[in-house]
Amino acid sequence: MECSAENYDFPHEKAWCPGCGHFTLQKYLREALAQLKISPKDLVLVSGIGQAAKLPQYTRGNMFNGLHGRALTAAMGIKAANPSLKVIVTSGDGCSYGEGGNHFLAQIARNSDITHIAHNNMIYGLTKGQASPTSLKEMKTPVQVLGVTNEPFNPLAVALAMGATFVARVFVGNKKQTIEILKKAIQHKGYALVDSLVQCVSMNKLNSFKWYKDHTYMLDESYDSHDRVAAFKKAIETDPFPTGIFYEEEGKQVFWEQSAAYLQKKEPLYIRNLDIKKLKALIASKRGI
Amino acid sequence: MDKDISIVLSGAAGQGIQTVEQLLVGIFKMAGFHVFATKEYESRVRGGTNSTTLRIGEIRVSTLVNRIDILVPFSKKAVNHVQKRLSPQTLIIADENIFSQSGEQISSNFVSFPFLKTANDVGNELFSNVVAVGAVAGIFGIDLKIGENFLHQRFNAKGETILNQNIEAYQKGYRLGSDLKTSKNISFGIRPNPEVADEILFNGNQAVALGAIAGNCNFISAYPMSPSTGVLVFLAQHSEEFEIVIDQAEDEIAAINKAIGAWYAGARALVSTSGGGFALMSEGLSLAGMIESPLVIHIAQRPGPATGLPTRTAQEDLNLALYSGHGEFARMIFAPGTLEQSFYLTQKAFNLADRYQVPVFILTDQDFVDGYYNIPNLDVSQIENHPYFVKTGADYKRYQLTEDGISPRGIPGYGEGLVRVDSDEHDEYGHITEDMEFIRPKMVEKRYHKRLELLRKEIEPPIVSPSEDYSTLILCWGSNYHVVKEAIAVAGKSGVSMLHFSQIYPMNSGVKDILSKAKKLLVVENNASGQFTKILRLETSIEIPKSQQFLRYTGKPWAVEEMAEIIKKEAI
Repeated sequence: MECSAENYDFPHEKAWCPGCGHFTLQKYLREALAQLKISPKDLVLVSGIGQAAKLPQYTRGNMFNGLHGRALTAAMGIKAANPSLKVIVTSGDGCSYGEGGNHFLAQIARNSDITHIAHNNMIYGLTKGQASPTSLKEMKTPVQVLGVTNEPFNPLAVALAMGATFVARVFVGNKKQTIEILKKAIQHKGYALVDSLVQCVSMNKLNSFKWYKDHTYMLDESYDSHDRVAAFKKAIETDPFPTGIFYEEEGKQVFWEQSAAYLQKKEPLYIRNLDIKKLKALIASKRGI
Repeated sequence: MDKDISIVLSGAAGQGIQTVEQLLVGIFKMAGFHVFATKEYESRVRGGTNSTTLRIGEIRVSTLVNRIDILVPFSKKAVNHVQKRLSPQTLIIADENIFSQSGEQISSNFVSFPFLKTANDVGNELFSNVVAVGAVAGIFGIDLKIGENFLHQRFNAKGETILNQNIEAYQKGYRLGSDLKTSKNISFGIRPNPEVADEILFNGNQAVALGAIAGNCNFISAYPMSPSTGVLVFLAQHSEEFEIVIDQAEDEIAAINKAIGAWYAGARALVSTSGGGFALMSEGLSLAGMIESPLVIHIAQRPGPATGLPTRTAQEDLNLALYSGHGEFARMIFAPGTLEQSFYLTQKAFNLADRYQVPVFILTDQDFVDGYYNIPNLDVSQIENHPYFVKTGADYKRYQLTEDGISPRGIPGYGEGLVRVDSDEHDEYGHITEDMEFIRPKMVEKRYHKRLELLRKEIEPPIVSPSEDYSTLILCWGSNYHVVKEAIAVAGKSGVSMLHFSQIYPMNSGVKDILSKAKKLLVVENNASGQFTKILRLETSIEIPKSQQFLRYTGKPWAVEEMAEIIKKEAI
């Protein structure tokens, strides 16, 4: 199949609002997939629930559109069952950092070999405009009537603290940087986080496209993405928010390759069968006790 | 004389009662005796009072009796702990030094045994438990070498000193036990059978785990929870041999979603937990229902609500298994009552889950999973595992509407098609839809009505035992198999049979006929509300009055004597 970005578009009516940042991110993801020549049949897009989580519905590939907050867990199971699949999680900030917070920590600790594209628009869009874990303190919503009081969740700093080996932030206003980072994240062996700033045109009047443009800056070439301490410093900068690859580290073993099932063989579990002789021997071992 | 001897060892957690149980069941079995062992313990690592009951038989023993023939207490509190089970005939073998009164004051049948001194002579009072193993083996006159072999197996890895001390402790205990046998003229009228030595011995958790391996399970995700943890441990111990991905999940929510993800990608995945852990899985169960994912769920029940009695037993989560998960979809529930059933049904569960793309439950309980006994063998020659997934074509539709309601299940990366599953209501391709006129009802019928009837055809009828000719039927399910069976024999009334359900839901369509032939129905369950009895009424319209329901919700399993009393009183 010809690997053009259009080939990854799935003919389905999109439920996103006109001007939504998810369109842009999807476009860049398609571009990244096309440039990497990843065949849709080897690709599994995993999501939870929310507007961002609909991205797999509109993208050609295998799809696991599961439960809110649980995308990372399903992705871990998929990758461990068949490591030859390219598994990409694409879900929102509520799914990734709120409902799925514990899984976020656990998956980084496991170093599951998956790419995690977290659409971060700092708002709950589909439920019509409540605070998300990443909403800024000054934001007022129909629920947070006096303004958000929670400290905004810092996914990058948390990922770094947990030992993630690829930690990046993109803003969809930067086309070239976004596509390059998505490509690197997809190619990275291990858990890769791409916190992706996208605008929610309908529900988030504070963090508009222009706001993100005015409150972000790109890490320049002098920045060393292999320096974890420097990455921490950058991760706690909040206004303006840096974009780019904060940290990358190669060579760390991933979950599946350390699993007993893959010590001798690399092929997916579905082509393996029970060795009945071994079962007989195991049962027989219960005679001697 | 009874055809079996009941030995109880009791002491605090940390005194090595578990080690004694494991060594003694092995030693007696290798000596040619049928054995059964069950433990009751507190939810703590040190202190408290725990006990283990061993039955040593000339005939098969597979369940608990209250009667204690020999008690070996390791602490002062241990005697009180089992007081109600003692009789004047109970032989108490103990170190008099642990009591503040003399042995004679405790029982006329008290034999003082220098456990502590012997252990200290070896080097540490911690060896008391192994001295006791030796003492029991000596009293029964079992070949000394059998125990030595076990100690070699168990302590070899711990270094020569520890191994030798344990062997010395065992030998010293054995000699004193032998002397006691002679001096007190202790003898038991049970004879060993050399064939028993060749039988296999394991517990309920291991039976579930072995069944999972037999069903080609290659993925387990679980959060440790008593009393189910043994399944995770066993599979982990054998994970290299059988190529199993082991994931100790961050929580049960993660566990079930990982398992569903694994099935989606072609693995055969198991989750294993107890009621509280499963409660967290209910949303995931519903996902399995919606995306038509196979799934095997083991729930080892314990008394609730909430934390309840973590190490005790109950059958309180049948309703939970049956009704959990929002929305409507088909499922299957098995509740094995014997080690064999547990092995074969778990193996079968993986194939049925795969074939019908549904969640299948294996419902056990603490009593069942912690109980050890010997069985002749497990026949693996009949075991077949079919992979039911298909190679996809280019225009593959994951939810293709078919006559029987089963859409061929593709997996990603196998074939040309795309496998798209969605927790939203979806069309044949798996795409989100709000078509409520055509698609929605079709998908509901596929997930629920059509599936349920297919599953019902797979359910085998319950077992009637010992006779097809009965006037009274005692209905039970799950772990109560052996206790009801033995109690019927002990009660000795004619016309009494057991009807045991190991395949509970959907219910076999022949059940009503079986029930109708009885003049009187009794039902035994380990819960307060008669959960099974109510399902039975829904499925058969047969109502069993409260006065014929024997419901236990103490957290303790039934003992043979208690069940036999019910039968003597109630059977006609």
